[in-house]
Formats: sequence, structure tokens, C-alpha cells
Amino acid sequence: MATVFFWIASVLAVASALSILFVKKPTRALLALLVCMICLGVLYTLLHAYFVAIVHLIVYAGAVLVLFLFVIMLEGLGATTLPIQRRFSPLHLALTATAGLIFSFFIVKILCSSKLPALQNAAGTVENIGKNLFTNYLLPFELVAVLILVGIFAAVSLIKPENKKS
Amino acid sequence: MIHPTAEHYLVLSGILFSIGLFGLFVRRHILIMLLCLELMLNAANLALITASSVHGQTDGQIVSFFVMVIAAVEVTIGLAIAVLLFKEKNTVDTEQMTSLKG
Repeated sequence: MATVFFWIASVLAVASALSILFVKKPTRALLALLVCMICLGVLYTLLHAYFVAIVHLIVYAGAVLVLFLFVIMLEGLGATTLPIQRRFSPLHLALTATAGLIFSFFIVKILCSSKLPALQNAAGTVENIGKNLFTNYLLPFELVAVLILVGIFAAVSLIKPENKKS
Repeated sequence: MIHPTAEHYLVLSGILFSIGLFGLFVRRHILIMLLCLELMLNAANLALITASSVHGQTDGQIVSFFVMVIAAVEVTIGLAIAVLLFKEKNTVDTEQMTSLKG
């Protein structure tokens, strides 16, 4: 069962990620990324990272992608660019893809020749994650809280209209 | 059907990362470039969670949690800059943003 889910989710994730490259409208790219995020959530669940999977769905599908959607709506329909088929010549794209495939073949070969240990059940339940987060990772947790506060300040001060003195 | 091992997850993460990197290079729509950045961060998250499963500890999952928070901050500021650029230049094509070109 888990095997079937892995293959469905990984094929869907790669297909939707590829469609980001080729679609013309940004809204469709956004929805393709949403499919990819949900597939990644399935994969996290298969790796027993339950807490991270749910947080991933809430943060990405719930917050980040909706923020993107707002900006796309703000910029309107006129905000489109050329598709890559017309910007780059197919010959150059094919050459680049071939070079990339050759290099990635060697990387996969090296990766599969080194035997990694089998996957274990690192149960990422709320209890385990919380215990580890609030004992060993307390300082990074607090620093990240400061970082997100600074991020809010930066976004507000960027968008705020300037006082023009003229 | 082949049962997935750690290598499968790592190869999938590499594929997603390369697609994101390729998209960042070839697309010129600023929002789609940001979407490709998100895709790359998520591929890195998948590798971190796989590493966590390989070692049987939850540390990788906690690091991926931090990556998610930092990605949220990054996307907030990035979208603010994208809106400002659109208001300034009235375009989303980064080829036309040539103010710093010598």
C-alpha cells in the first residue's frame, strides 16, 4: 500500500513540477505547485513525519500559495511573459537537457553504489518533535521567532507609501 | 513494484530541485521564479526528512520545520519586492528590469 502511494505521489509531484516550467499563466503554475505540495505532504507522511506533513500543508497550501494568489490577482491579467518555447531556441534547450541528463546519470549511479541503511521509523509525532524542539533546539526556535518578526517589519516598511517631501 | 528506499527519496528530491533550478533560469516571470524557489526549498526539505528517517531520529524533521519558517519569511519579503517592482515598472518580466545594467 505504502509502495503504491509512493509511486503515485512521486510521479504526480514530478509531473506537476515540470508543468510549472511550461504553463503560460501564473495561476496555473500556482495550482501545479499546489498539487506538488500535496504530493510532498503524502511523501512526508510515508516517512512518518506526521507533524511536519501537516504543518507543511497548512503553511504552504494554506498561507504561502494564497499569498501568491493575492499578488497574482493584484497584478492582473496583463502581467504575462513569453513562454520558454519562444524565448529560447529548441536546439539550445535540447543541448542543455542532454548535458543535464548525462551529469544526473552519473550522480544517480554514485548515489546507488553507496549503500544507505534502510529507512527506520523516526516517528515525528507532536510529542517527539515538541520534546526535541523545546530541549535541544530551543535557541534556534527563539531566533526563528525573532526572524519572522523582522520579516513582518521588512514587508510592512517595503510596502508603506513614502512621505514625499517636494 | 519496487519498494521505496532512501535512495528513491533522495533521487526524487534531486529531480525536484533540478526542475526548480531550471525553472529559475529559464522563466522570466518574477512570480514563477519565486514559485521555483519554493520548489527548491521543498526538495531540500524532502532530503532532510529522508535523512531523518535514515538515522531514525527527529532532528532532520525539526531542521525542515525551520526551513519552512524561513521560506515563509522569504516569500513575504520577495512578494513585497515583486509588488513594488510591478508598481514601478508596470511589468513582471525581469528582462525589462535593467536599471542596474552598465
